[in-house]
Amino acid sequence: MTTNEKLYFFWRKTKNNAMLVFSMACLLVAVTPLVLIFSYTLIQGISALNLDFFIQMPKPVGETGGGMANAIVGTGILIGLGALIGLPVGIMAGIYLAEYGDNPFAAATRFLADVLSGIPSIVVGVVAYIIVVLPMKHFSAFAGGVALAILMIPTVTRTTEEMIRLVPQSYREAGLAIGIPRWKTTLRIILPTALKGITTGILLAIARAAGETAPLLFTALGNRFWSTAIDQPIGSLTVFIYDYSKAPFEDWIRQAWGAAFVLIALIFILSVIFRIVTRSRYAEH
Amino acid sequence: MTRESTVIPIDVSTAGGGGSFPPAVAASVPHRSKVRWNVGDFVFKHLTMLFAFGVLSLVFLMGYEMYAGSALTITKFGWNFLATSTWDPVQDEYGALPLIFGTLLSSFLALLLALPLSIGVAIFLSELAPRWLERPFSFLVELLAAIPSIVYGLWGIFVLVPWLRQSIQPWLASHFSSLPFFKGPAYGFGMLAAALILAVMVLPIIASISRDVLQAIPNLQREAALGLGATRWESTKIILATAKSGILGATLLGLGRAVGETMAVTMVIGNRSEISASLFSPGYSMASVIANEFAEATSKMYTSALIEVAFVLFVLTIVLNALARLIVWSVTRRFKTT
Amino acid sequence: MRKLNIIIAAAAVLGMAVMPARAQLKLNGAGATFPYVIYSKWFDVYHTKTGIEFNYQSIGSGGGIKQVTEGTVDFGATDGPMSDAQLKEAAEKQGTEVLHIPTVMGAVVATYNLPGYTGDLRLTPDVLAGIFLGDITKWNDPKITEINPGKTLPDVAIIVAHRSDGSGTTYIFTDYLTKVSKAWETKVGKGGSVNWPVGLGQKGNEGVSGIVKQSEGSIGYVELAYAVKNNMPYASLKNKAGNFVKASFDAVSAAAEGALANMPEDFRVSITDAGGKNSYPISGFTWLLVYKSMKDKEKAAALVKFLRWAMTDGQSFARDLYYAPLPAQIVKLVEKKISTIETK
Repeated sequence: MTTNEKLYFFWRKTKNNAMLVFSMACLLVAVTPLVLIFSYTLIQGISALNLDFFIQMPKPVGETGGGMANAIVGTGILIGLGALIGLPVGIMAGIYLAEYGDNPFAAATRFLADVLSGIPSIVVGVVAYIIVVLPMKHFSAFAGGVALAILMIPTVTRTTEEMIRLVPQSYREAGLAIGIPRWKTTLRIILPTALKGITTGILLAIARAAGETAPLLFTALGNRFWSTAIDQPIGSLTVFIYDYSKAPFEDWIRQAWGAAFVLIALIFILSVIFRIVTRSRYAEH
Repeated sequence: MTRESTVIPIDVSTAGGGGSFPPAVAASVPHRSKVRWNVGDFVFKHLTMLFAFGVLSLVFLMGYEMYAGSALTITKFGWNFLATSTWDPVQDEYGALPLIFGTLLSSFLALLLALPLSIGVAIFLSELAPRWLERPFSFLVELLAAIPSIVYGLWGIFVLVPWLRQSIQPWLASHFSSLPFFKGPAYGFGMLAAALILAVMVLPIIASISRDVLQAIPNLQREAALGLGATRWESTKIILATAKSGILGATLLGLGRAVGETMAVTMVIGNRSEISASLFSPGYSMASVIANEFAEATSKMYTSALIEVAFVLFVLTIVLNALARLIVWSVTRRFKTT
Repeated sequence: MRKLNIIIAAAAVLGMAVMPARAQLKLNGAGATFPYVIYSKWFDVYHTKTGIEFNYQSIGSGGGIKQVTEGTVDFGATDGPMSDAQLKEAAEKQGTEVLHIPTVMGAVVATYNLPGYTGDLRLTPDVLAGIFLGDITKWNDPKITEINPGKTLPDVAIIVAHRSDGSGTTYIFTDYLTKVSKAWETKVGKGGSVNWPVGLGQKGNEGVSGIVKQSEGSIGYVELAYAVKNNMPYASLKNKAGNFVKASFDAVSAAAEGALANMPEDFRVSITDAGGKNSYPISGFTWLLVYKSMKDKEKAAALVKFLRWAMTDGQSFARDLYYAPLPAQIVKLVEKKISTIETK
């Protein structure tokens, strides 16, 4: 190599190494906020959590102590309602797309489901207000459930479709070969096989719904009392965090961090489960 | 499946209503003229189709409800709604321009900050990292996307804003005082805080999808480049050129998320409906105004104005998402190996 | 099949959850954040006493008025009285009149964050208006230093905090500023939600006090109870008679004296910028908005019982929480009004 060539090669090598360093730096910068947020929430949240937090009801404004028992149950009920409405719709639609989905109608549905998943949750809240709260004439857990269901549907639909498509063709053929009608094959053979993956998709959708605040602001509203009724306003972890975070009361801020920690822990655990299950799924096929 | 003599007495033509079969099965079964039409199949197929139709119509239903709900302000203001700046609930005068400005400015700033980082992350994860490193870090990046907006907002109020107010903004003000972007008192809250939080929130989306796009490109291209003596980075450059449109799609998806982000932005943006060149000044976004004012819009006109803002947001995110999906879908389809 | 059974069981459980709603009487209300401190105390005590739940969401006076108009709540609360037009709309939509029931009186104070500043901060109406108009931008502006002789004010920018939601507190505050400042009257005016010339917005009294507590050099207007509960300093204001008065329940009661003579029948009255040497200039009533004739008579009866309790036992909580109890004459008038609410 001539000196020029050597120099040029060295220059290319340097660029290569520089880019390696740069991209690694990017990764570190990207991961830093995650670490910061997670650890800050952990530190603030753990110290805030005591038995009271999980068992007690909120105290009057300005008084210390109390907890978020009603909010925790509220979040559970809201997710439950959302799942009750959204899961059947999503799973059935997903089955249709996977089993009968080679036509333009299905393509349009698939496309719109993806588009639906990108709609801001506040917009979904506005729609839920218009179609549920106004006719019912009051805020309710049901309205919140409807909003969450709309948010869950796209994720559940697409995951169900993907998971069913992953089931090998041979299963279908085997079922048909021994004379089982198409629909029974789908329900009794295909679906159970895909169930593990579908369940994790559902868990993901639930994780997303559990963290939602905006759509609940004017559907489920909030409730400082213990309430499990569907036709009444209901408190939720996320709205409580929002209300408490704006206030100057130290004790409220402490509780807000506690609730944030509970949320993050929940989502983290569900994400890990999803990762483990789908990894093994992909490994199998 | 090449056997000729299967004993399934089913007509694979679609005329029988028994459902269409995946092509592989259909091709291998001999055609018969006798149809065994199963009630169960018919019901099941159409039941699932009904639900799929429900999902399809959901988008249209939402659009319709919001369009109908904003009839009052649409008739009163027409297109001026998007062009005027006065948001005055007392006088019932509504102009959404500052809101649109706030949404777009915070989102584009966020993209500006997040895009280079995301591409760097995607390159590292897809091209340069060894498998044992790539898996956990990919997971970590995706975890960032799963953190709820409210937690970002909480962290924003108690960590980011004070840091901005006490350290960053004074530094920027003293070093770049000539630029119009850094004028005004150091509130901490404001456009800069919103843009930073949004940047952290869209980064995982753009990074994950870009990584998927890069991984979808067949190794052939990389091997060809490397075989000709290119360095790792040079072959990556070539891959990037191919992945350009996919990355564009990922960016649009990230933009879509930034535009619709509500809680984190509302908690740090300062909630002021005005247009200002300075990043230090408080602003307002479309999603924030709905979150703040919807529960108390006292007049029909006010409610209609807010629903119209929701409708604009709806249309904006649909356009961005549709564009993005089309682009990403076309890129990954090009390289699907099945 | 097993899945189906689980689903049915879950639905049954959920269905049963709806049942208990009837056993305990629950009323839903929403509105002002101004009286939230005392309302939350009242509802908590009353619940322990009678078991009836009053679920109150502090979403701002604007929210209270809207939800009462739409009929999505059983009662509302506001510190900015409903206008004639709003009352008309509510009456049309709900088929019954909406009544303003005053509960307590409170003060809107200018709370600030100036670490290192000790003692009292004095403000005059002009200076207050100037700060919120954006004309006075630094704490050591001569206009502020000249009314606070002997004190050093820092060379720091003033960060103004105001409400971002429809607020009765804003109504009372801007009502006062409109009365004392021509510039404010022309530029901004009064209302629950106005076009603020400067400042950061946040939701609720909680939000504004939150910003002030967090940000050095900030000033915001909040109800007295919020400032006290958070150990935040607040300014003393020059009243109409020329005295610098710090907000307290006595000063608020003094402000209400003038209103006693001319109390309108529907209780919608403003007591800002009141005469009297000890009056606090930014005082106001806060009202509960109730329907004259509710569809659910059982709820109406419960509401009436609660209101009567609020007028008697309830008033004793006011002072401890930095609100002023209603003057005796007004309590008599309110009780007469309460008896017009239909409970049969």
